[in-house]
Amino acid sequence: MQDTPKAASSNTGAQAKRIAVRGVSKVFGANGEAAIGLARQGMSKNDILAKTGAVVAVNDISFSVDAGEIFVVMGLSGSGKSTLVRCLNRLQEPSAGTIEIDGEDIVAAPEERLRALRLEKITMVFQHFALLPHRTVAENVEYGLKMRGLGKAERNAKALKALDSVGLGGWADRYPANLSGGMQQRVGLARALALDPEILLMDEPFSALDPLIRRDMQGELLELQRRYRTTIIFITHDLNEALTLGDHVAVMKDGRFAQVGRPADIVLQPADDYVAAFTRDIDRGRVLPVRSAIRQVASAEALRVLLADGAATIEGARPLHEVFGLVAANRPVVVVDAAGQPEGMVTAADITNVLAGGSQSEGV
Amino acid sequence: MSSDALSGLQAATDIARPSHYGTLPLDDWIQWSVKDWLVPALRPFFRALQWPIAQLLDGLQSLLLAIPFVVLLVLAVFAAWRAAGRGVAVFTFISLLLLDWIGLWKETMITLAMIVTAVVFCIVVGIPAGIAAARSDRTAAVIRPILDVMQTIPSFVYLVPIVMLFGVGMVPAVIATIIFALPPLVRLTNLGIRQVQGELVEAGRAFGSTPRQILWEIQLPLALRTIMTGVNQTLMLALSMAVIGALIGAGGLGLTVYTGLGRLDVGYAGIGGLGIVLMAIILDRVTQALGDGHKGASTSGGKEG
Repeated sequence: MQDTPKAASSNTGAQAKRIAVRGVSKVFGANGEAAIGLARQGMSKNDILAKTGAVVAVNDISFSVDAGEIFVVMGLSGSGKSTLVRCLNRLQEPSAGTIEIDGEDIVAAPEERLRALRLEKITMVFQHFALLPHRTVAENVEYGLKMRGLGKAERNAKALKALDSVGLGGWADRYPANLSGGMQQRVGLARALALDPEILLMDEPFSALDPLIRRDMQGELLELQRRYRTTIIFITHDLNEALTLGDHVAVMKDGRFAQVGRPADIVLQPADDYVAAFTRDIDRGRVLPVRSAIRQVASAEALRVLLADGAATIEGARPLHEVFGLVAANRPVVVVDAAGQPEGMVTAADITNVLAGGSQSEGV
Repeated sequence: MSSDALSGLQAATDIARPSHYGTLPLDDWIQWSVKDWLVPALRPFFRALQWPIAQLLDGLQSLLLAIPFVVLLVLAVFAAWRAAGRGVAVFTFISLLLLDWIGLWKETMITLAMIVTAVVFCIVVGIPAGIAAARSDRTAAVIRPILDVMQTIPSFVYLVPIVMLFGVGMVPAVIATIIFALPPLVRLTNLGIRQVQGELVEAGRAFGSTPRQILWEIQLPLALRTIMTGVNQTLMLALSMAVIGALIGAGGLGLTVYTGLGRLDVGYAGIGGLGIVLMAIILDRVTQALGDGHKGASTSGGKEG
């Protein structure tokens, strides 16, 4: 689904990080200091709760997010993912650690600066939409603009534009209660987009929607993200969703990241049994790129012959399921890179092998 | 036999009773602390408190008595119709005609002025107190026992110090009414604000709102129905104080009932009571409809005619 390869976002630090999180912890309850100390020593969440009465929701987490990428945090309820995302705009105060946004440490930012950041840079979409029932759809979308101090006419124009971009142009004067869940979440998204944010925090935005609507919304989100190049931190409890949307995915458990990596890494090389257990039921055809199925070393000469012979070609970054229609028995498909240069080939057997969760791949 | 044995037992165990050694003069202490200390010390403060109440009360009362009956009737019926629909408007029309016919129009207006004054001050004090309680658990913990005392202490108990501080008359009666009628408004304001969905308040913060903006844009509008219920309850309690207010010099319908009681004139007391009940029904229906009207607006549904 992501046909434009993202700017090389391996964590080399070569380019500016939009978000850099270092050693962030969040502890609820008294004895926070003691609890963080014990957590650093590796004591488990439950043992710390029993010993100090404090709940370690987020435990010494570090990661960074490049501009324009979708970073997904996946975890079950209670894993601390919602708390973590709330630390990023300080709806929750981190108990320890630093969070830098475009190089600015927001943990140290005073209240005034924080409000400015929330108005200008970071905005949020909520699981249960969090729309004001006493305001019309347009007034809801205008909310952040009103907080910015914009006049009525200007707000309204921007709100209508944002509503158009999520396909709800005709609904401006209705009330949220008149809308379906999917439409309400579009309003939530429009409210965030109306601010032209650089960073969008999404806390399980599609979890309350039914599966078909959810799939549509995922597609639309990718579409919007391609258009606006917004940096998105996306929280979900659904690994399929995480792998479909994420440029990078973090699997969270008990306040820690069990694994961070590209979707294909998570599927093909799960870091531990916990991650592996999740990856068992995912739809590999949608998550893995065609490139990951390349098994046989083929010389440039051989590939040229295949192409001359009329073999089908596919770009290596496309999801694997798109190759199903192209591959025929004994007739390999040539995999090309973004520039159209052949980089290898896949056969029906290779594809079956990857879908079945077969051998490891290094060519991702 | 057994009664002898019992009284013997009682005599033997009496030494364990505090009253065996004398009576604690708590009543004297209260009398002393209120009469000789609290009243003189706080008299200037309470006198200052008295002033705005007296102003509003006098103004309202002279206004209500100056407006011709027919004009007020039309205004009241119109207001009832707009707020609560045709049924309540008809009821208001008949009730007000009846009140004038039985010769209690002036008393009704005096009571109305008293009630409205008390409720206005309840709103001025109660809603901010409720907001403060909703925003801080510590404030709530301080306010709650005060409200408990206000609600459970018999009003006769605080009539005495009120008379000491303010003398007798309409203003002290309004003050007693405020004390009696205030608690539900504070409680329901607090409750209404706390009941606002946490995610909505979070959204307010996430979109850069200050606490004050969250209060005005999100919490108060969504708590309005509950707050209006509080206003309604306060109004009803204030009306129920009309007769007790008459004990310390208030006029109006309460005085009619009280005079009827003194003369054992059940008819006179009866018409006073009828007046209070009719007023209560009108005010209740209208204020309830006002609260529901806000709910109607929030779902964009049509209001009932």
